[in-house]
Amino acid sequence: MLASQIGYYSLVLGLFFSIFIISISIKNFNNNQIIDNRIFSLSFLQLLFVLISFIGLIISFINSDFSNVTVFNNSHTTKPLFYKISGTWGNHEGSLLLWLLVLTIFIFLFLVKSKKQPKKYRILTLLFQQIIIIGFFLFVLKTSNPFNYLFPIPSEGLGLNPILQDPILAIHPPILYLGYVGSSIIFSSSLAAVVLKYVSKEWAKHIKIWILIAWIFLTIGILLGSIWAYYELGWGGFWFWDPVENVSLMPWLCLTALLHCILVLEKKLILTSWVIILSISTFTLSMSGTFLVRSGILNSVHTFANDSERGIFILIFLFILIFISLIIFFFFHNEQKKIQSKINLFSKETAIIFNNWFMMYFLSVVLIGTVYPIFLDVLTGVKISVGPPFYHKLIIPFLIPFLIIMSIGPNLSWIKTNLKKINISLIFFFIISLVISFVILKKNNQSTLINTVLLFASLYLFFVTVRDFFNKNFKSYSQKIGHFGFSLLILSIFFNSLFSSEIIINLKVGEIYAFEKGIIKFKKVETFNIKNYKSIVGHFEIEDDKKNLIELKPEVRIYNQPVTITSEADIKTTLFSDKFLVMNVVKDHDFFNVRYQSKAFMIWIWISTLLLAVGGIFSLIRRLNEK
Amino acid sequence: MKNKFLLTFIIFFAIFSFFIFLKALNNSNVYIADNIFKENLVNFKSQELFSTKEILSEEIFKDSEFYILNIWASWCAPCRKEHPILMKLSQNSQVKMIGLNYKDNFDSARNFIYKFGNPYSNIMTDKDGVISIGLGAYGVPETFIIDKNKKIIKKFIGPLSKKNLDQIILLVK
Repeated sequence: MLASQIGYYSLVLGLFFSIFIISISIKNFNNNQIIDNRIFSLSFLQLLFVLISFIGLIISFINSDFSNVTVFNNSHTTKPLFYKISGTWGNHEGSLLLWLLVLTIFIFLFLVKSKKQPKKYRILTLLFQQIIIIGFFLFVLKTSNPFNYLFPIPSEGLGLNPILQDPILAIHPPILYLGYVGSSIIFSSSLAAVVLKYVSKEWAKHIKIWILIAWIFLTIGILLGSIWAYYELGWGGFWFWDPVENVSLMPWLCLTALLHCILVLEKKLILTSWVIILSISTFTLSMSGTFLVRSGILNSVHTFANDSERGIFILIFLFILIFISLIIFFFFHNEQKKIQSKINLFSKETAIIFNNWFMMYFLSVVLIGTVYPIFLDVLTGVKISVGPPFYHKLIIPFLIPFLIIMSIGPNLSWIKTNLKKINISLIFFFIISLVISFVILKKNNQSTLINTVLLFASLYLFFVTVRDFFNKNFKSYSQKIGHFGFSLLILSIFFNSLFSSEIIINLKVGEIYAFEKGIIKFKKVETFNIKNYKSIVGHFEIEDDKKNLIELKPEVRIYNQPVTITSEADIKTTLFSDKFLVMNVVKDHDFFNVRYQSKAFMIWIWISTLLLAVGGIFSLIRRLNEK
Repeated sequence: MKNKFLLTFIIFFAIFSFFIFLKALNNSNVYIADNIFKENLVNFKSQELFSTKEILSEEIFKDSEFYILNIWASWCAPCRKEHPILMKLSQNSQVKMIGLNYKDNFDSARNFIYKFGNPYSNIMTDKDGVISIGLGAYGVPETFIIDKNKKIIKKFIGPLSKKNLDQIILLVK
């Protein structure tokens, strides 16, 4: 009870600090040559109070203080400590408090770490960031107060949704938020740079660190979400083009484009407008994502509450930010035309620009697929759902030139490349990849034109990046790891869709089913009576074409009153494939419906995405050491 | 010149999207699952809130032209908001109102009713939320309109608004 109250009041105090910071910053903006020290201490205090508030909520969760509505709705005394703590941000109110905490941490770090930057730029960034922070403070206090009081105090809480009790999901939201909030710093600082006409090489060098931080967290956050969907939801896939997944992919695409453009800006001082537009849109997309998920417009496992008041608040806040940035961009920004130099067709920057356009195209596809159904529903009342075929048809063909440019681009020089100097091995790998992809696909009877070309393009990127590892240029190791990771990702997704197989059969206990890739033996079933459900566990033995034996134990749960049946899949992971087995009860029959999937290279999808992030981390470490 | 045109266009488009989202926000709150139309109400058994007697749903869902099944809880703030509308609905003699108290504590649920009034003729309890899952509910509050053949004819997700009240009154005429 005490912890909740302390939490609430320190949250209110935190809001007041924003007002102090803003008033002091405005005074300080024109006056002195140095930053007022009070700004640092106030920012620190604000961070401290939000932290106290967050810890207050965690303590309420640990103590199972059910006088707090948030705790009552999302916790239970019998829950393990780990899930009590992760329950703090596993709900709408707590997760917003976490947003706020990360916002204050980041702006404090920004202030401390940007000492070499001009004073006015730092103060203006702080001001823009405080506008965002105030918006979130008001949002939390007005519509989603995590410290609401409940009387009479219930003796037991309602518990956390079992689907959310998962170690990966406990860390997935905080990591994703670090990415989203990181993009808010990029947003504020790019607006400040535009107002002060500070879009320069120095700015690019400094902001790139923040872009990298946001990008790394966003990448890992998406990866964790995807792993969770695969294991916990048991749909047997890693990406479903679910609107909520798309909403996290869009800022990622935008940020990836920005990550590459900022390099061009740093080297050549071109693309300034484009960098600003990307910085603004990354954060706008993150905010829109929050809006779409939190307002309940999209229905999915991620939706916390269908409360339209919350939705309207974020919507208005989002559009205020959009208007501020539009006005700043149009009235303050002028492209430095004098320095604009000619761009040569065979140069690194051309490759980056080309792939930027491809990434913008992918972004538009995802954006249209996600938002268009909402528009259509409102305007005409027609409900449509956009599924994987839409995205696959529109994205896959354009991956081919994208991959090829990705392999050649890093081998070109900045400004202009002497074509004679281009390594002969590039052409050699070109032919090799073409041959290999043709042979692989022919052998598996999958040799359609698009398959062959796609496999060729990803193999080409794979070989070229592998070769680049042997070059002595240590500077671009991060780029090599990143690009290598991406080629591996596309390859594993490709092989996954090509070599995965699925068998659906009806089996009785004791029966054996042989198919071309192995044998399924249904050995026995065991039943257990657990609290409010009956558990039926099937024992299966599977022998694959290489005579390997695996045992899988899928489960069926029958909840009583009313009868609800759920299936829990069993998954065995190996280096080359995942074996996935799920069984269902068939009404009034003595056999079970069994679905067995062999998913090729599943683990490589996770590894390669992790490699992408590792590339980012390498680059970040190098940048931080440069200073 | 060109910039001004672009700015106007973008601002116009932004305003347009704003209103679309605003409208979508209001739409999404109350939407009817198409597939639920043909479904019949499942039978269930549960404790009554005040008498704490075990009652079968068949005993309650009888002798009326229309039934309104409202899932609510004392801890749910939107339920408090929709309560006056339920009170108004209960004045309609055509319908029998049945409350389903969702994942709640008996005492706080009773206090809620003492404080805000009782629109229901019966209140069933759903302590672990299993009945609500069986009814296909998404959360609290949720309201089902059921006809005399125990067919679910309409379903409201989220708190009822004044507009919904008029819709319901028209429906049960």
